[in-house]
Amino acid sequence: MKQLTLLFLTSFILLLASYSSAQTATDLVKKVKAKMDRVNDYVATGKMKTDVVFIKAPVANIKSYFKKPNRFKIKRDGGISLLPKGGVSVNVSSLLLTDDYTAIDAGQTTLNKLPVRIIKLLPLNENSDVVLTTMYIDEASLLIRKSSTTTKDNGTFDMEMQFGKYAEWGLPDKVIFTFNTKDYKLPKGITLEYDDGSKKQELPKNKKGKVEISYSSYVINKGVTDDMLK
Amino acid sequence: MWSLLKIELFKVFRRPRTYIAFIAVWAIVSLIQLAIYVDGAKYMDFVMKDVKDNFEVIGNPLNGYFVCFLILQTLLIHIPLLIALVSADMVAGEANMGTLRLLMTKPVSRTKLLLSKFLASSVYAVILLLWVAILGLFVSMLIFGTDGLVNMKSYEIIILNGNDIFWRYILAFAFAAIALITVAALGFFFSIFAENSLGPIVATMSVIIVFTILTTLDIPLFQSVKHLFFTSHMIGWKGFFEMKLDADGVSIPGTIRNLPAVLRSAGVLLLHTFLFVGGAIFIFNRKDVLS
Repeated sequence: MKQLTLLFLTSFILLLASYSSAQTATDLVKKVKAKMDRVNDYVATGKMKTDVVFIKAPVANIKSYFKKPNRFKIKRDGGISLLPKGGVSVNVSSLLLTDDYTAIDAGQTTLNKLPVRIIKLLPLNENSDVVLTTMYIDEASLLIRKSSTTTKDNGTFDMEMQFGKYAEWGLPDKVIFTFNTKDYKLPKGITLEYDDGSKKQELPKNKKGKVEISYSSYVINKGVTDDMLK
Repeated sequence: MWSLLKIELFKVFRRPRTYIAFIAVWAIVSLIQLAIYVDGAKYMDFVMKDVKDNFEVIGNPLNGYFVCFLILQTLLIHIPLLIALVSADMVAGEANMGTLRLLMTKPVSRTKLLLSKFLASSVYAVILLLWVAILGLFVSMLIFGTDGLVNMKSYEIIILNGNDIFWRYILAFAFAAIALITVAALGFFFSIFAENSLGPIVATMSVIIVFTILTTLDIPLFQSVKHLFFTSHMIGWKGFFEMKLDADGVSIPGTIRNLPAVLRSAGVLLLHTFLFVGGAIFIFNRKDVLS
């Protein structure tokens, strides 16, 4: 009888602990969301570096436009850029667009020597393209330092954020997208290629692609028109 | 020499056949521009299918610079045929009309006469190329505007900034001029052997078509010897649309990835020109002109 009571008590405590932990995860996400909700719109100026094994592009001057709830656009000055599909529209705010998810506390870890909480977000909507989002949240400053989003159609995107002078708004100074790339090949007959005689390096297969955006300035809550988002 | 050149240019531009090339270039360029204007988006979707499946394209890849790149890529295989129409007729045409022997009676050396004829056909090639530049580059820029250029190779995609392209086109057209002058020299070389222009024109066309096919065929046997074909070097203008990379693999605007190779290709073409023209003069100076 005594053993049964002990087992019951242990189970109850464990259940309570897991319930309170789930509550904390949801609360933490809500707090982060509340912080970011202060940003209604922004125009950010920055530079974008593309590191995809088969794309050779110079550093591009870009402007990012965001407007609540989920409108996001990257434009560049005088040139063309290729950005991973799906990954482009993943900005910090879009990670927490809806309340339609279950937040699960997955413990704690350190990221660049900073203690962070690992929170997993499971969308409740079955039609959502996002299957799972894992966020690494800095509890002290309520900032998402890193996230990993697995989608149905566009693979997994990792997003690492570094914060600076716009940390109070929850906006990063630097965003690094990492994504899976597929192989690229076009027949030489189509491209009519000039062979300069140099040895072609064997391109690594299934290498991860990376897009790095460094923002130099944000104009926050000053209005973003629909034309800017076209 | 200048007088001789003027006479030869007068002869070239007096013939109606000379203007066929200008009309043909205008027709081809206009048709390409019209097709891209009407159905360009579909064309881009087709060309960039692999890319668009995985990437979102920011900017307007279907702009005047891209259209000109496409036109140059298409036309620089066909323009040599139009150049051959004139250059291969330079001496054979005179022989066919029976005026070559009469021309030899003038107090001008055969070398000077041949050089003036070759220069006239080179001038024609350059003017035709300028016509391509006006229609292909400037008119395309007017119709489609400007933006960056997506240079799609078989194993990589090179993206050039909008403000880093125009100077590359100037160099590319200069290179193309060297390439077309080489073709003019080849036609001119064949021209001294025949008594009507049809043979040299067909011979020039055949050489260019055969070597171009061998160049584009991705077969190891031809790959190992294709650097010997001058047609492989004719597309050296594309080298101006590649950039050097920094340690992080990021392209450096304002640079050319392998300038020595492009200059080497230009050198090979100039060497061919020298050999064709030199050979033509050498043989013609020893030839018994009967017609």
